[in-house]
Amino acid sequence: MFYREAGQFKTSYAADQAVFPLLQDRIGIGVILAVAFVLIPLTGNSFVLQAMMIPFLIFSLASIGLNILTGYTGLISLGTGAFMGVGAYACYKLTTYFPNVNIIVWVICSGFASAAVGVLFGLPSLRIKGFYLAVATLAAQFFLSWCFIRVPWLYNNNSSGAIEVPLRTFFGIPITGPNATPMTRYFVVLSIVVAMTWLASNLVHGRIGRMWMAVRDMDIAAELIGIRLLPTKLFAFAVSSFYCGVSGALLVFLWYGGAEPAVFDVNQSFFILFMVIIGGLGSLLGSFFGAALIFLLPIVLRFLPPKLGFQIHSAMIDHVQFLVVGTLIIVFLILEPAGLARLWSIAKQKLRVWPFPY
Amino acid sequence: MRSNPGEGPFEVAPHPNPLPSKRAFTPVFDGLCGERERTARGAALMDLLYKIFLDPFVQMGAAPDLLVQTLWEGLVAGVLYSLIALGYVLIFKASGVFNFAQGIMVVFSALTLVGLYQLGVPAFLALALTIGVMFVLAFGIERLILRPLVNQPDIILFMATFGLTYLLIGFGELVFGGEPKVMITEALYLPKGAIEFKILGGFVQLQKIDIAAAIIASIMVAGLAVFFQKTRIGRALRAVADSHKAALSVGISLEYIWVVVWFTSGIVALATGIMWGAKSQVDFALEIIALKALPVLILGGFTSIPGAIVGGVIIGVGEKIGEFYWGPLLGSGIESWLAYVIALIFLLFRPQGLFGERIIERI
Amino acid sequence: MQLKHIVLGTALATMAGLPAVTVAQAADTIYIPLFSYRTGPFAGSGIPIANGMADYLNMLNERDGGIGGVKLEVAECETSYDTKKGVECYESIKGKNPVVTNPYSTGITLQLIPKAAVDKVPVLSFSYGLSASADGNTFPWIFNPPSTYWDGASVFVKYAAQVEGGLDKLKGKKLGLLYLDAPYGKEPIPLLEALAKDFGFELKLYPVPAAEMQNQSSLWLNIRRDRPDWIYLQGFGSMNPTAVSEAAKTGFPIGRLVGNWWAGSDDDARPAGAGGKGYLSLDFNQVGQNFPIIQDIIKHVVEKKKSQVTSVDKVGENFYNRGVLNSVYIAEGIRNAQRLSGKKLINGEDMRRGLESLNITEARLKELGMEGFAAPVKVTCADHNGHHSVYVAEWDGAKWTKKSDWIEPMKDKVIPLSDAAAKEYATSNAGWPKRTEACDK
Repeated sequence: MFYREAGQFKTSYAADQAVFPLLQDRIGIGVILAVAFVLIPLTGNSFVLQAMMIPFLIFSLASIGLNILTGYTGLISLGTGAFMGVGAYACYKLTTYFPNVNIIVWVICSGFASAAVGVLFGLPSLRIKGFYLAVATLAAQFFLSWCFIRVPWLYNNNSSGAIEVPLRTFFGIPITGPNATPMTRYFVVLSIVVAMTWLASNLVHGRIGRMWMAVRDMDIAAELIGIRLLPTKLFAFAVSSFYCGVSGALLVFLWYGGAEPAVFDVNQSFFILFMVIIGGLGSLLGSFFGAALIFLLPIVLRFLPPKLGFQIHSAMIDHVQFLVVGTLIIVFLILEPAGLARLWSIAKQKLRVWPFPY
Repeated sequence: MRSNPGEGPFEVAPHPNPLPSKRAFTPVFDGLCGERERTARGAALMDLLYKIFLDPFVQMGAAPDLLVQTLWEGLVAGVLYSLIALGYVLIFKASGVFNFAQGIMVVFSALTLVGLYQLGVPAFLALALTIGVMFVLAFGIERLILRPLVNQPDIILFMATFGLTYLLIGFGELVFGGEPKVMITEALYLPKGAIEFKILGGFVQLQKIDIAAAIIASIMVAGLAVFFQKTRIGRALRAVADSHKAALSVGISLEYIWVVVWFTSGIVALATGIMWGAKSQVDFALEIIALKALPVLILGGFTSIPGAIVGGVIIGVGEKIGEFYWGPLLGSGIESWLAYVIALIFLLFRPQGLFGERIIERI
Repeated sequence: MQLKHIVLGTALATMAGLPAVTVAQAADTIYIPLFSYRTGPFAGSGIPIANGMADYLNMLNERDGGIGGVKLEVAECETSYDTKKGVECYESIKGKNPVVTNPYSTGITLQLIPKAAVDKVPVLSFSYGLSASADGNTFPWIFNPPSTYWDGASVFVKYAAQVEGGLDKLKGKKLGLLYLDAPYGKEPIPLLEALAKDFGFELKLYPVPAAEMQNQSSLWLNIRRDRPDWIYLQGFGSMNPTAVSEAAKTGFPIGRLVGNWWAGSDDDARPAGAGGKGYLSLDFNQVGQNFPIIQDIIKHVVEKKKSQVTSVDKVGENFYNRGVLNSVYIAEGIRNAQRLSGKKLINGEDMRRGLESLNITEARLKELGMEGFAAPVKVTCADHNGHHSVYVAEWDGAKWTKKSDWIEPMKDKVIPLSDAAAKEYATSNAGWPKRTEACDK
């Protein structure tokens, strides 16, 4: 009843090919954007913005990146953390060499550096498949992590060995550095994430996305119908690394405000991979769900009990949080192995036929 | 223990074969800093080529005892890596699950063992009880996680083991606390001290605990091989590994086999925990040791027990030799990624790993 | 299908119901957040420190009713030594008028350094974090007493020289640095390189990658090949016990392995068993329970079951006492702040002045019941560290004992390095604020 497509006729090819062919979907997207751009900034305090929403959006972006590679093209990558790191370090180098260029330009450009590195480490993907491909990306992960520590040029030879974020402004408003308010940072991150999600959505729904999915479903068959495997796979690596790189740059410049190399270790890679799997492989919406479950849920579990007046010791909360998150992951998988995105589409289906299910 | 402390490796005054003094610490990345003069570039290049292609071999020849020692350390590390890898292979073979929780199972089993001992349980009883706990764990995993997820894609099961990791971290810290604990090597009668040989104009030092580790690991591997080849359960296991459906149709109980493999890999985890715990201490950082098994697995093939052994030894020896002779060129500490590069090189020639099942692709 | 509905509903509700974190401000207490890491891979060092810090502050509440008649509200936030969680902790306490933060992780400290001046919350990084932040003119909001890592490394060189029979005897010797391959571990390198030039010793570097902390056998082969005379261990977590065990196993003279102060926990030396006996570590607090201050903690907190220590004999361990010393600095800072501002309820800005006039003399140490517990400490406007003396402690198989006298660091070498690093930090971070805060006399 709530989600009926009856009566919505498509009169042109363009309408038929639209990403959101249903009116309800378009309304839904409008509502989500309104909440994100208006309601959350109006109601959220600095904790919600700075500790929850900004990292949530950044991790969602990284998940989208990995989802393009793993979910859409079927190539498992455990190097996400390192590719994010390449983005962050590239952005740092660029903005220290050319401090007068707008930082947002450099954040986007740093994605290209990451894409180049991604393509390089994606080269073996033509020959190595499945879990075995994980080794190529793990080699990237460990080698790049080592470079972040060992190549002093990357952090401008400073004595702390970490990258520090200088103050950068956008039309006079500080957007990075300590003086940037959580609100400005949030809007910058949100705008970039929305724009890049829109781009990704167009990519995966178009010709390129279909090529990726053909390769995922069976690469030999894809080859037989005329898809050139190497360029397709490498392009997936490039796009995926681009997204990861941008999210890495955002992570350091708009969230942490300074980072040690340890931020981009293999645990970060696993963290993003699990967001993608639990959210739903091959679903952009799932990337957001996954980031919410893996990143936001523990925070809620950590900070909710004290707010409700329970006096639990901090270490105990941590233990319980691990137990609860672990249980929830397993429960969600048992309920819906295809990920949270699938749960959402089931819910949509229910809404469609409610109150008269077949 | 050494009888005469004066004979320790660090007291022996001049080395019989002094090493070429060229090997001062000069990482090649110095060049990136832009501080070095460019005039001597040609000479520097020759020097670099010398350091890459000749100097390591000169050293090997000059101090053969160190080469033997390095090979031994590599072998020991390799055997320990294969022990971890074995835990993965067992589970992967029987249920197609890549068990992300193997690392935390190592920590959890070692913590249980030491925790029980600290409560006053005698060491060997604690060992038996820990094995019991690992059985309960295996049973619980099968009943609560695997059974509801039967027939799901591999990656979903992989994800489920991540949930299991969180559960075990939370549970372990809740019960045992986060304090590091000392592995009870003496109570378990694991030997201490070292044996020294004088060979090739120098000496080689073998740690007794390393020898014990190598022996225990070999016994476990041999035992598992016999178990797989000769017993009824072993045959059933191999049948399940070949095809779940076919195994089911001839009346093999999948549930039973899964409990067996998870239990076995729990015991392997316990052995790993004891060996690595004896090298440092038992705490939650021990989890990262499991990552060392990944290149081994990839090199040896996910489904092959001999692969895990050979892969472990190749990785162990390769990385120690690489680190010891070529590491200083890059400022040392290259071990963390060298193993993956070695595995990658092998994979480019054999994409299914050394002993993996041949990948046959059909439309 | 029912269950799916419920789960879906809960999931949506959780996502929708982002907790509205309200600023609950108790107006009559001084709020002291403690970032602790009682879980995770480094919990071994985090637990005793957190216990020591919390117990001393709680003891002040129990014994004296707080400081200057105002109760202290001690709130722990768990970071697991994870930078992500550290950010959450900081954001959650920021609005509660905290007087000081104790980040207890290099990564978290690096993030808080730029924020401190903006949010007006001073950072007390107790001999960890950014060494350059010792420069009070560049970093008015950051305090890192009593010593920097560079001080520690210079004391190591001095101690080695003492044993060898003088600084001139170092010529031709080999000194090794065994370090965690991370910014924290690499910090002493520039100082040691400079000293190597000055005193003519050879510096050997042995980096341990973070993923190989328990797997150091090839490094110890390198050590066997190079035969360094001394090794300085700048390690953390399970890297330390592994290094001590490897040293004992390979026969490296254990009395020539010197850890820095974060490599000196009881758990670092204990796993090596008898072989670890004689292992050295730098230290700036005494060990044991034989101090009135520790006895007061036992009487007022531990025996009343208000502490989280698992048993009384954990009180007085090296890192426990270090936590106590850290809290003493906080408490003295608060006292100074109350005196300078004339207010009972102080805020972060007052606390900054209080910490800047931190001056714990011998007499004051005696009043506090900690005679001989630590060296006097003095922080000034220009020098937020003080570069204080440390001593060398020796592990006797069961506990740490004082092996050397208090050794003063080579200030003439350390301070120029520290000033240069501070200047570099300020210039590379465009828009780094000039100090505007006035100096108290």
